[in-house]
Amino acid sequence: MSSKSKNRILVMPYTIWMIGFIIIPLIFVVCYGLTNNNNAFTIENVMSFFNPIHLKSFIKSFKLAFISTIICVILAYPIALIFRNSKTKQSSFIVYIFILPMWMNGLLRIYAWLTLIEKRGVINLILSYFHLPNISIVNTEIAIVLGMVYDLLPFMILPLYNALMKINDDTINGARDLGANELQVFSKIIFPLSIPGMVSGITMVFIPSLTTVAISEMLGGGNFLLIGNVIEREFLITSNWHLGSGLSLVLIIFIFIVMGITNKWTDKDEEAVII
Amino acid sequence: MENKLIDLVHITKYFDNEMVLDDFNLSIKENSFVTLLGPSGCGKSTTLRIIGGFLTPDKGQVFFDGMDITNVPPEKRLLNTVFQKYALFQHMNVAENIAFGLKIKKKSKEYINDKIKYALKLVNLDGYEKRDINMLSGGQQQRIAIARAIVNEPKLLLLDEPLGALDLKLRQEMQYELIRLKNELGITFIYVTHDQEEALTMSDTIVVMNQGYIQQMGTPEQIYNEPENAFVATFIGDSNIVSGKMIEDYLVEISGKKFKCIDAGFGINKPVDIVIRPEDVEILPPNSDNAILHGRMTHVIFKGEMYEMLCVTDDGTEWLVHSTVLHEPGKEVGIYVEPQNIQIMNKPMSEDEKAIDPIIAEAEYNE
Repeated sequence: MSSKSKNRILVMPYTIWMIGFIIIPLIFVVCYGLTNNNNAFTIENVMSFFNPIHLKSFIKSFKLAFISTIICVILAYPIALIFRNSKTKQSSFIVYIFILPMWMNGLLRIYAWLTLIEKRGVINLILSYFHLPNISIVNTEIAIVLGMVYDLLPFMILPLYNALMKINDDTINGARDLGANELQVFSKIIFPLSIPGMVSGITMVFIPSLTTVAISEMLGGGNFLLIGNVIEREFLITSNWHLGSGLSLVLIIFIFIVMGITNKWTDKDEEAVII
Repeated sequence: MENKLIDLVHITKYFDNEMVLDDFNLSIKENSFVTLLGPSGCGKSTTLRIIGGFLTPDKGQVFFDGMDITNVPPEKRLLNTVFQKYALFQHMNVAENIAFGLKIKKKSKEYINDKIKYALKLVNLDGYEKRDINMLSGGQQQRIAIARAIVNEPKLLLLDEPLGALDLKLRQEMQYELIRLKNELGITFIYVTHDQEEALTMSDTIVVMNQGYIQQMGTPEQIYNEPENAFVATFIGDSNIVSGKMIEDYLVEISGKKFKCIDAGFGINKPVDIVIRPEDVEILPPNSDNAILHGRMTHVIFKGEMYEMLCVTDDGTEWLVHSTVLHEPGKEVGIYVEPQNIQIMNKPMSEDEKAIDPIIAEAEYNE
């Protein structure tokens, strides 16, 4: 058997999976999104993106995803840098601790946050005990951002750590040898070389935050309709699959735009580590 | 008198309680091409990194041009390094790499451009300014690494096995390039390698190191022709090291037979080690008047420029022989060695000298 036909057989299971669960559903989304109840072609569903309510949800989703991504970068970069510089045998163990939450069910993790921050939650109980003013962040945008950052931070740390680890010690020594002080080594060598990793991280944090449904539903208490929640409602509550698909198409286009921008900087083998 | 550019005084360095350098002293004169030669783990790279400022010695001082620079960070030292794996900046093109040091020193644009042109010409890569680093071959990358270092006009260039990753042909070409560069620039080179041929080809001075100690320092000719101990003799090229007895001045006994030699001052009837290079073992017909030892050829390997053969003498001693003339295995032969090709060495006496035993060194090397 030639290796080519062998390969063809080996990719069969996945090809079937991909066609059944990715390609066909996507075709359905396109079909529903571009038709109305009478199965006539229309771009009304897609154009309803400009409906002020939907537009507001889109803007809010982008805003929260953007803030979460920025916070993730700010939290992850120093940590990844410390891991790179520590060079001990423990450092990979510490990295595992950071990604440990990923091994738990995502919904459970969000519920855990709810028990921490709700009005009679763990944090407020402790604050009351010390007669300190209570916090009330549950059902606010802060809670949603908190949940997103907590949920997605490992996806920022890992590619960043990976990119920083790839920088050879002698590359840094070389820069110092040529007269660069530590600040210059960082700004001219370490930071530029870590950009592919950072961009991978940004993609992997920004897109899930943009499309999240569960986090905003649970920690936002249904008060904050993000675009994910709007689409979910069109499907599950108002049963308007056409409108839901139309808005999904718009969201997919936005994701493609984001990917198109970030792909320029992404090192292809960065993502492979995560996926 | 020539200036001492680098002076290492009583340098001691430990890594995780393991001694790498112990009370190491080395002076390097201005304008020389010095090679630190030795097996892996002998401390040669550590020495270079201490001079470069990337490692701080646990004890001792580093002087540069008379100034104590032991605690001066690398960016403030007036020297540059060419690293083993080039360590070029992947996110910059050729010109940006070369300009890096000059930009940090805030040189003018015209000055930097002139320097880039000059350096690229020097390393025979004119017109490569805009090339992507990843598109260059290993040899080209190495030339860029050298260009990047020399535009800063260092007084001293450190080279850490810079040709290690190149193939044989390219390596030989680059050796000549380096010699030419050194002569054109008139700066001091300190070169680290484990390749004895590279060391012999390029250096004015070779420092043979093992286990953190200097075994011998001298010109390539001295190191090759007059090795001071068994380690140097085996590390630099192939050699026959045999036990013998110094009967008197200018007369040594090998395998029970007397050989004339040119060494004196070892005492009378003193046990010694004798080094004879394989190309100096002369094979004669067994009935020749000049033949001192007699034996039989046992093995032969064709090595290209010569035959490598093994001859076992009547007392069982094996002799490695290099010759362009083939002597078939099984052939009875006589052996003669010219007096000036017999190098006498003292037998190792102290524990310290035991440390340089080539067998131990070999084991260390294989680790």
